Amino acid sequence: MGEFKVHRVRFFDYMPSAIRAMALCRRSERLALARADGALEIFNFADNYFQEKLIPGQDGRAVEALCWVGQRLFSAGLNGEITEYDLENLRPKYTVEAYGGPIWTISTNSQGTVLAAGCEDGTVKMFEILEERIQFQRNLDRQKGRIISLSWHPSGTLIAAGMMDMIRIFDADTGHATHRLLVERGIGASKSREVVVWSIAFLSDHTIISGDSAGKVQMWDGLTGTLVRTHLVTKWDVLALAVSQDESSLVAGTSEGTVVQFQFISSSVGQQDKDWVRTRTFKNHSHDVRALAHTETAVVSGGMDTQLVVRPLLDKVEKNTQESALRKIAFPHRSLVCCAKKAGLLLFQFPDHLELWRLGESEGHGKPGDSLAVKRKPEKLIQLKRKGEDHICCSALSPCGGWLAYATVSSVRLYRLQFNNNNISITKSPPSLQVSKLPKILHSAHQLCFSSDSSRLFASSSHSSVIVVALSQSECKYLHTLKPKSGSRQPVHLLFASEDGKWLATANTDCEIHVHNLHKLKLHCTVPVYSSCPTAIAIHPTTSNLVMVHADQQIFEFSLVQKEYTEWSRKLQRQGLHPLWVQRDTPVTHITFNPENPAHIILHDMFMFCIVDQSLPLPEAKTLLYNQMTLKSLPEPERIKHNHAFKICKNFQHLMCVSLLEDHSLVVVERPMLEIMSQLPAAVRQKKFAT
Amino acid sequence: MVEHGDIRVVHRGGSKIDFREPVITNDSRFLLCASGECVKVFSTSTEECIHNLQGHTDLVTGLLLKPSNHLQVYSCSADGTVRLWDFTDGILIKTYVIGCPIYSIYASANHEGIIFIVTSTLNDKRSELFQLVAVHLPQSGDQLVEARELSAVLGDVSCNPEAIAFGRGGEYIVSAKGLQLEVYFFKKQKSYRFSLKEDNKKGGKNTFMCVACHPKDDCIATGHEDGKIRLWRNFNHKKEYTYCTLHWHHSAVSSLRFTPEGTNLLSGGMESVLVQWRYNQESQRDFLPRLGAAITHIAVSPDGALFCTSHADNKITIIQSCVKVSAVIQGLVKGESVSSDLIVDPRSKALVLNGKPGHLQFYSLQRDKLLFNLDIVQQEYIHESGLQQFEVVKAAFDASGNWLATVEERKQKAAELELNLKLWAFDEQTQSFVLNTTISAPHEARITAMCFCHAVDSQTTMLVSTSKDGHFKAWQLAAAAHTEDEGPSWSCDFVGAYHSLAPECCCFSADGSLLAVSFQEVVTVWSPASWELLTTLSQPPGAVRDLCFGRLSCSKYLLGTTEKNLLCCWNLLTCSLEWSTSMDVSLLLADPVSENMAAFCCQEGCTDLFVFKPSEPRPLFSHKAVCSGKVTRAVFAPREEMLESCEESSQWLNRSQLYFLTPYMDLMTFTTKAEEQRLMASSQQLVIDDSVAMTPFYLLLGKHRQQREEDQDSLSGLFAERKHLPQGSVAIKELLQTPAHVLPSTSFLCSMFVQSLLVSVTDAREEKQHAEEEMESQKEEEDSEGEMEFSTSRPEEASVGNQAAESAAPPLTKAQGRELRRLKKLDHSWLFSLLD
Repeated sequence: MGEFKVHRVRFFDYMPSAIRAMALCRRSERLALARADGALEIFNFADNYFQEKLIPGQDGRAVEALCWVGQRLFSAGLNGEITEYDLENLRPKYTVEAYGGPIWTISTNSQGTVLAAGCEDGTVKMFEILEERIQFQRNLDRQKGRIISLSWHPSGTLIAAGMMDMIRIFDADTGHATHRLLVERGIGASKSREVVVWSIAFLSDHTIISGDSAGKVQMWDGLTGTLVRTHLVTKWDVLALAVSQDESSLVAGTSEGTVVQFQFISSSVGQQDKDWVRTRTFKNHSHDVRALAHTETAVVSGGMDTQLVVRPLLDKVEKNTQESALRKIAFPHRSLVCCAKKAGLLLFQFPDHLELWRLGESEGHGKPGDSLAVKRKPEKLIQLKRKGEDHICCSALSPCGGWLAYATVSSVRLYRLQFNNNNISITKSPPSLQVSKLPKILHSAHQLCFSSDSSRLFASSSHSSVIVVALSQSECKYLHTLKPKSGSRQPVHLLFASEDGKWLATANTDCEIHVHNLHKLKLHCTVPVYSSCPTAIAIHPTTSNLVMVHADQQIFEFSLVQKEYTEWSRKLQRQGLHPLWVQRDTPVTHITFNPENPAHIILHDMFMFCIVDQSLPLPEAKTLLYNQMTLKSLPEPERIKHNHAFKICKNFQHLMCVSLLEDHSLVVVERPMLEIMSQLPAAVRQKKFAT
Repeated sequence: MVEHGDIRVVHRGGSKIDFREPVITNDSRFLLCASGECVKVFSTSTEECIHNLQGHTDLVTGLLLKPSNHLQVYSCSADGTVRLWDFTDGILIKTYVIGCPIYSIYASANHEGIIFIVTSTLNDKRSELFQLVAVHLPQSGDQLVEARELSAVLGDVSCNPEAIAFGRGGEYIVSAKGLQLEVYFFKKQKSYRFSLKEDNKKGGKNTFMCVACHPKDDCIATGHEDGKIRLWRNFNHKKEYTYCTLHWHHSAVSSLRFTPEGTNLLSGGMESVLVQWRYNQESQRDFLPRLGAAITHIAVSPDGALFCTSHADNKITIIQSCVKVSAVIQGLVKGESVSSDLIVDPRSKALVLNGKPGHLQFYSLQRDKLLFNLDIVQQEYIHESGLQQFEVVKAAFDASGNWLATVEERKQKAAELELNLKLWAFDEQTQSFVLNTTISAPHEARITAMCFCHAVDSQTTMLVSTSKDGHFKAWQLAAAAHTEDEGPSWSCDFVGAYHSLAPECCCFSADGSLLAVSFQEVVTVWSPASWELLTTLSQPPGAVRDLCFGRLSCSKYLLGTTEKNLLCCWNLLTCSLEWSTSMDVSLLLADPVSENMAAFCCQEGCTDLFVFKPSEPRPLFSHKAVCSGKVTRAVFAPREEMLESCEESSQWLNRSQLYFLTPYMDLMTFTTKAEEQRLMASSQQLVIDDSVAMTPFYLLLGKHRQQREEDQDSLSGLFAERKHLPQGSVAIKELLQTPAHVLPSTSFLCSMFVQSLLVSVTDAREEKQHAEEEMESQKEEEDSEGEMEFSTSRPEEASVGNQAAESAAPPLTKAQGRELRRLKKLDHSWLFSLLD
């Protein structure tokens, strides 16, 4: 596999933001997820839980509730506004002020015609959903106390509203409250505190299920307004509820980080009368579970500990398959690190600033596994704060290190970095920055990329188009807009410019990959569309083959010259990938090549990096996938026999980036989960046995 | 050699009562439990053993109320039979012969005439595999029935009776073994299996320990090795089954039961805490802590009023459903070993041995009941493995039972041996032993033997202890010298040694005039009066193991056993060896009430018993292979009443009984055929007749009836007995038996009735006069009343003469009675006049 000098970078103190809300669109199997910083993420559950889209947050936008209406996504927050998002351009479409104080919850009826918002002032505001907008329709009877949670009856005639100390049922037509269900307060010291009905679910059989701050999950009869059953689930709060589509299973998330499942089961075999029975308890979180979703086969939970957990229900999936494995999604499925290969600089992207670091240097050589003494420590050159209130959505650093660009929803900024030699004065006087004047057309970008000679900037724009800008010392000039023929309206999420400056490959969330010829500034070819979304693309510097890795872990190699899949790629498809490779649960986010050995492709995901050696035989699906350590210990003839193309290294964990510098040293950016955990606020105290 | 003839080695008392789950009868009045080879019937309210259902010839392994008749009980045994008993009268109704050892028994009302038993597969006793078999019980009038119609239901089940349970209404049966749960539906004849992983990431062990089924819902509760309880539901699906987990116990759950209504789930385990979970609200639970020892079984009465838990220390606790202990039935507490000798308390005739840690237990052999525990160590026992704690290692009583001496020791690895000699005086007032003297470190090394001087006429009591430190010490009770208020206490009187050899055992002669102490091969005989060394006896090679003086006519003999397989008998008059014989005696015992000696010999892994008189060369009795292994603890317990046995071989059992402990801690004894028959007869005589519920009404009426029955026996003393009659019975009788329409107004009767309930203070003498006066007139009238009464009374009472009814009229309420009668007469005339 070869020996590398490795820069083990651990100074990227990336901190994901807590998960606030979730909404599942059952039709398209997409999950929308809102984080505490206002960022929205959209996961495609049909495609290996790939994080398809990312809408950056904004200062002052705290999303409290999410709601899908058909394919449209709405959010509401404590700023009192309802926002609809433009999922094609990854930006808020418009915002409507509800004039009811902070909005705690929004919910749509099953027909998708009315959106109800629960406000701080005790009103439930009904908005009519129009083709392009939403329009305020009317208020339901105003109540004392805030409306925390809302749930529509599937018929669309009744709404249940969770409030302080009570639940109200409204007739959606008349707007009058029909029932008032008083929720018991907690016992002991919490008796004097109001109980908050954090979450509520209205089932088609008129059962109302509520989760409250006293730790109870209660089943009510919505017709008579009587309490049917109380389950004391936790000492703390029950924050979230989710019901499966067939209403046979219910999950409740608590402040203890547990998710409790209830099932609608007949008490004796063959009888029809069913009852909600508490069954399983999942503990996959260390902190509050704020948001829950119940898919057909899994429970999806997220909360304060920033991880999205997909816990499959083993009674719904086949055992020992990829589907039955627990998934934890901790890092975004795209790179937040940009590496200037020639200059040895690293650009770290945070929501509100960028950091530019120079890698350290060491001297001497050591045996494999040794750690070398650091001659020059890595240093932070720049911390660049973003302008405006929109968060950074993408950034790029040119390979020479002379250009830096970032984009928000509303603007693109380009900086020129100048180094006054390598003397010590750099630290004292930071490199001068000058904002270049940018062409007007470059007002927003989903992805930015510099060409290898740093003379071009590529920015992906709306409708999968790419804007090409020429950079020079004095000016930057708009050159061309590259447009694919397919007419896809989805945004481009991956860009790669080839080393020789001839090709530009783009991938969009419609799974299309286009290759443009930069010399001719026109589309060269389109790779046959594969069903899974590409997670990383790269063009080989010498052979000009396009290597693509998809969300379902498949690897393809496409020859740009012949405009067809290469022989190696066909062989790989015929033989199939090793099951261990396919069963990994994090996508490959970055591909690089080893200039010394053109047969080497370096890939990495969160838990490993792998060098695919195209010259070696592919591993058989049924054989053991030997790792390099065991291979090394084998005698020579056997080693040759068992040698295979996938050389996997798991020495480095929680990888954010693996890149190869020009001096053939490997940069590995790690972000240990433990460090993220230690920065989280303290969890609720729980009594542990024998403590 | 005398053949042992009709003498048999039997389990008599002290057997395990926690071996299998006890059964509470439908009316919650009796508790049945398997105890060795018999079934014991206890009263749940008084804790008394009412019946001993004897008949099985091997361990009883299961008990089950007959589903179709709640007054009968099935018992199964390792002897391959299932027996049906009437437990109220203690009668064996039927014996079904299955033919292979049975490990547990199950039945449900849904399966009439079928019982389910667990036997080993392939009828191989040693086989480790067990199967659940349905047995069709043949309908036959015979006492002894062969039941050969077996059909296997489930293969590979656990032999633990807690691991199989019937589900709701007997529709399915659940069996757990290892990591697999199997549910078999009888109707569909289909079974579902669910497996768990061996252990999960958090280190929990998922092995199934016990199962229980909800009586009304389809819910199975399983207990696991890591203390978790899982409630399984939807188990009629291969895949969509579901369970929830409850976790309170920190170690294995050993028993689970649902209450009959299904509202609560009871669980117990090592923690000796009974946990009551609310069904469907499992976060609410009640605890009953400090039950003393690990819970092994839980049983619930069919009406749900009582729970009972079996404990590892051979105890059954009866608990009311409000989670309050109402009674404790304690068997003989048996640890892994008994470190003190078996001794008999001369006062209570109870067997005394180690019980709970740090305690001596007093166990009544006659009543097979634990009398009390005496806390010797008086320190908190800490349940922790590997922790060395004080243990009682020696105990001895003096002849009258006034003094008890105990030795406790603690040996920690690195530390010195800690020894305490404690002397306890019997306190007449509290009827228990009170600590008199504690001597800490009485010797420098382990005490090897200790005995009291058994002389009856001696003025002072003397205790001799021998120790490995080479000394023997005599302790005497002496009045406290310095202070007046303190009573007499024990102090050391003499320290003896012999050639710095370590003394092994000591023994006083019957009259207390001689003390024999053995120093390895040498036996030294001392005079306790002057502490002179009188003589030394020696029979090398081999150190002396046991020493015993002969009793009564053989008191001139001193017997000893040596390690080199020699039993020697010295004549103390001649100071020479009388006889010796070569046998490996592991234990030599003298009967305190006769000349007889018992010697347990270990040969080829078995123990033989010889009973002999020192003066006679021929053994009185010998029994080959009384048990396997070495017997090291035995005792002669004097009988309360002499046995009249004329057979020569069993005469030695006439005055006392020999009990011994097998290496497996079973208490065994010897019994003759005559004795057994006598026991059988007495047990069958007992018939309880209290089938009538005890209501206040019963107290008023029933007592009256009972009294009258007694009176019938002594017809002559008819009137003399009257004083004992309950008051008010006449008034009640009048009230109840006169037709309502002829009764006077209620307000009138009421005051009379209330008056009749009051205690009368009339002068008895006056009453007597009164009675004589009234006798004549009364007789005439009460004839008619008698008729009336008998028409309603039970037929067996009808045979009694009419006069008997007269006794019903108590003298104390005579005045009122007369009043009433007059009134009745008045009434009648009034009625008659009306009719006219």
